[in-house]
Amino acid sequence: MGRKLLLEKAHVEGIRTYEVYRREGGYRSVEKALKTMSPDQVTEEVKKSGLRGRGGAGFPAGMKWSFLAKPEGVPRYLVCNADESEPGTFKDRYLMEFLPHLLIEGLIVASYALGSERTYIYIRGEYAWIVDILEHAIAEANANGFLGKNILGTGFNCQIYVQRGAGAYICGEETALIESLEGKRGNPRIKPPFPAVKGLWDCPTVVNNVETLAAVVPIIDMGGEEYAKIGVGKSTGTKLISACGNINKPGVYEIDMTISVEEFIYSDEYCGGIANGKRLKACIPGGSSVPILPANLLLKTAKGEQRMMNYESLSDGGFATGSMMGSGGFIVLDEDQCVVRNTLTLARFYRHESCGQCSPCREGTGWMEKILKNIETGKGKMSDIDLLWDIQRKIEGNTICPLGDAAAWPVAAAIRHFRDEFEWHVNNPVESQHRNFGLAHYADPLPVPVTA
Amino acid sequence: MAEEKKLFKVTIDNITIDVEPGTSILTAARMIGGDVAPPAMCYYSKLKGSGGKCRTCLVEVAAGSTADPRPMPKLVASCRTNVMDGMVVKNITSERVVDARNGVVEFLLINHPLDCPVCDQAGECHLQDLSYDHGKEGTRYEFQRRTFKKHDLGPYIQLHMTRCILCYRCVFTADQLTNKRVHGVLDRGDHAEIATYIEKSLDNDFIGNVIDVCPVGALTDKTFRFKNRVWFLKPVNAHCECTKCKGNVTLWYRGEEVFRVTARKDQWGEVEDWICNECRFEKKKTSDWIIEGPAHISRQSVISQGHYEKLVMPKETMPEVMGGRQPRLLMDIHDVSGVNRPDVDLSQLPGPAHSTDFPKQS
Repeated sequence: MGRKLLLEKAHVEGIRTYEVYRREGGYRSVEKALKTMSPDQVTEEVKKSGLRGRGGAGFPAGMKWSFLAKPEGVPRYLVCNADESEPGTFKDRYLMEFLPHLLIEGLIVASYALGSERTYIYIRGEYAWIVDILEHAIAEANANGFLGKNILGTGFNCQIYVQRGAGAYICGEETALIESLEGKRGNPRIKPPFPAVKGLWDCPTVVNNVETLAAVVPIIDMGGEEYAKIGVGKSTGTKLISACGNINKPGVYEIDMTISVEEFIYSDEYCGGIANGKRLKACIPGGSSVPILPANLLLKTAKGEQRMMNYESLSDGGFATGSMMGSGGFIVLDEDQCVVRNTLTLARFYRHESCGQCSPCREGTGWMEKILKNIETGKGKMSDIDLLWDIQRKIEGNTICPLGDAAAWPVAAAIRHFRDEFEWHVNNPVESQHRNFGLAHYADPLPVPVTA
Repeated sequence: MAEEKKLFKVTIDNITIDVEPGTSILTAARMIGGDVAPPAMCYYSKLKGSGGKCRTCLVEVAAGSTADPRPMPKLVASCRTNVMDGMVVKNITSERVVDARNGVVEFLLINHPLDCPVCDQAGECHLQDLSYDHGKEGTRYEFQRRTFKKHDLGPYIQLHMTRCILCYRCVFTADQLTNKRVHGVLDRGDHAEIATYIEKSLDNDFIGNVIDVCPVGALTDKTFRFKNRVWFLKPVNAHCECTKCKGNVTLWYRGEEVFRVTARKDQWGEVEDWICNECRFEKKKTSDWIIEGPAHISRQSVISQGHYEKLVMPKETMPEVMGGRQPRLLMDIHDVSGVNRPDVDLSQLPGPAHSTDFPKQS
């Protein structure tokens, strides 16, 4: 049984209320941080913990905090990115819905470390009912002196505001989020300047994911060094994984990054194996934008080693044979699923969510969707596959924000690993309309390179 | 003694230039000029906040600076990246840049209607120039091109959304020049469009400048629409006393008639001085203006065909060969011919001349 830090108390009855949360040891980290530590010491603890951003990019959170510019007389802001819209990712929803006070607690400590007196939670518009939960929790925290003026008599003032998005995936990109929060159209900004220098209302700003900020609580409670002992290498602490797809037990799981992918899928403690006795075909291990992997590459790395559920192992082999931890949206596809169709679904999503600001993403995402639709409906040509490859190559890296990359990677990975399935669709336009390509060789053991 | 400013040394396509700190790569490249300057479809030096969107000006930074000579991993938008001391930039000498730029041009064109033959912008369109330089002869796009519901922007400005490349220049123009912006970008992604949302005409003063900043034919002058092709017109610089703007304009003549008035543009196609709506749309008579002389047009432009900036009178040879005597008119053909009738002014006829336009002479 892996160690739980975030979801340990998730099923205590009434944990959503302040009384129960406090009784279960909540808000200790606020007392510890505000009364016994300086803001820089808190940042130092987070640095020591090796906590990496849980939103997808995996950038060390402590580093991000230390980059924050601190000019005199200019307010600084902390923004919590709760605009969780990636297909397959729903861990933040779970966290906020069941443990709202954990996020609030993390936010207070982080606000103290960064000197943010006005802290914002930018929440996905569709999470309407969670806004009420959070606002209720904020009101409770206010009533008990953990928010507002002169918190715990330390002279630190902080207030948290919840702002709902209006239903755009792009507003999860930090600069687009800031624009949206300012009341503008949610177009990503051109970097530099980075938000750490010029963010919300041109003031220094840190934008962190919900899970990252919640993880600050155990870090302060147990100390950064203790936290860093959990996990392996640079993947420290625990990570929430939202597992979905053709598995027996979809849901949100907290893992300590020491288990293998195979164990995660097949053990009863987690996903409980593939549903209906089917076989595993492919998996998108970190949310829709990370590369899809066939079963053989998912369970074993190209070197023949066991693939583990952590940042390094999942990305082992780069994009040629690996993938990414991403935001922890673990999507499992069984042998009855069609990779072409899956890729089309993702391409449609990215076309719909592109902000339309820069040309490669605006035009390229729509083009890819149309070609994929042709292939999926049996109207594709063999040259379309190479054309798709060329389009994704010209989008990737040439856009303002990572949405272009996120749109290009799934298409690239699908062609890279499942090219024969695409070709089968082109060559069998009629058959492909009523039958799936099936598992084929995607679970066959890989030839292990001989080492001298 | 004035403190000497430290200049940054930047090398673009193997040409080194000293520029002031805070200069963008694009500006530095334009200072060198020629092929070194990347194309820019959305950046406009006179509009704050513009640039970074079209991605045609992408360049490769081979070395970040003397202090940190690491190359930048991604291509960067040269219009929004400032130079550092010792920076080495590759524009047309980088295969990656050329490849990416061709890709961007292809993306810009897949949904463009390519209706240049009926587009008023043709001949002075930056997208047209760009596709001549970087486009392919054929398209790989096999789908229906995007269309939009038509919006009426009032009596002055015509919007063709299908031609728009969403450079946002007109949005910045309306923000920074007029007292209120009433149009903007609606919706997102490939269905984003320029519109006023509720049908509203664009008639704030200075809004006419959106026509000049639009790099394509998406926003054109309704008072000039379909009246003439720009390459048949002769641009002439003129000015007037205007209380709202500087009054420096270019008049576009065909014969005696002023077909349109635009702001003067520099060699990068950018407006030199913004002009007000009255100068642009209302003053279309020569008598409204003080003529300065023919405007300079680049030799690369199609408008330069038939446009002469300097008049060189041919040497009269007749008196010379006739020993100083002037030639004498022996007969005026119009006196004896009934074919040409000077009393009927052909230019005043509503359509092609017809026999009924020439009443029989008694």
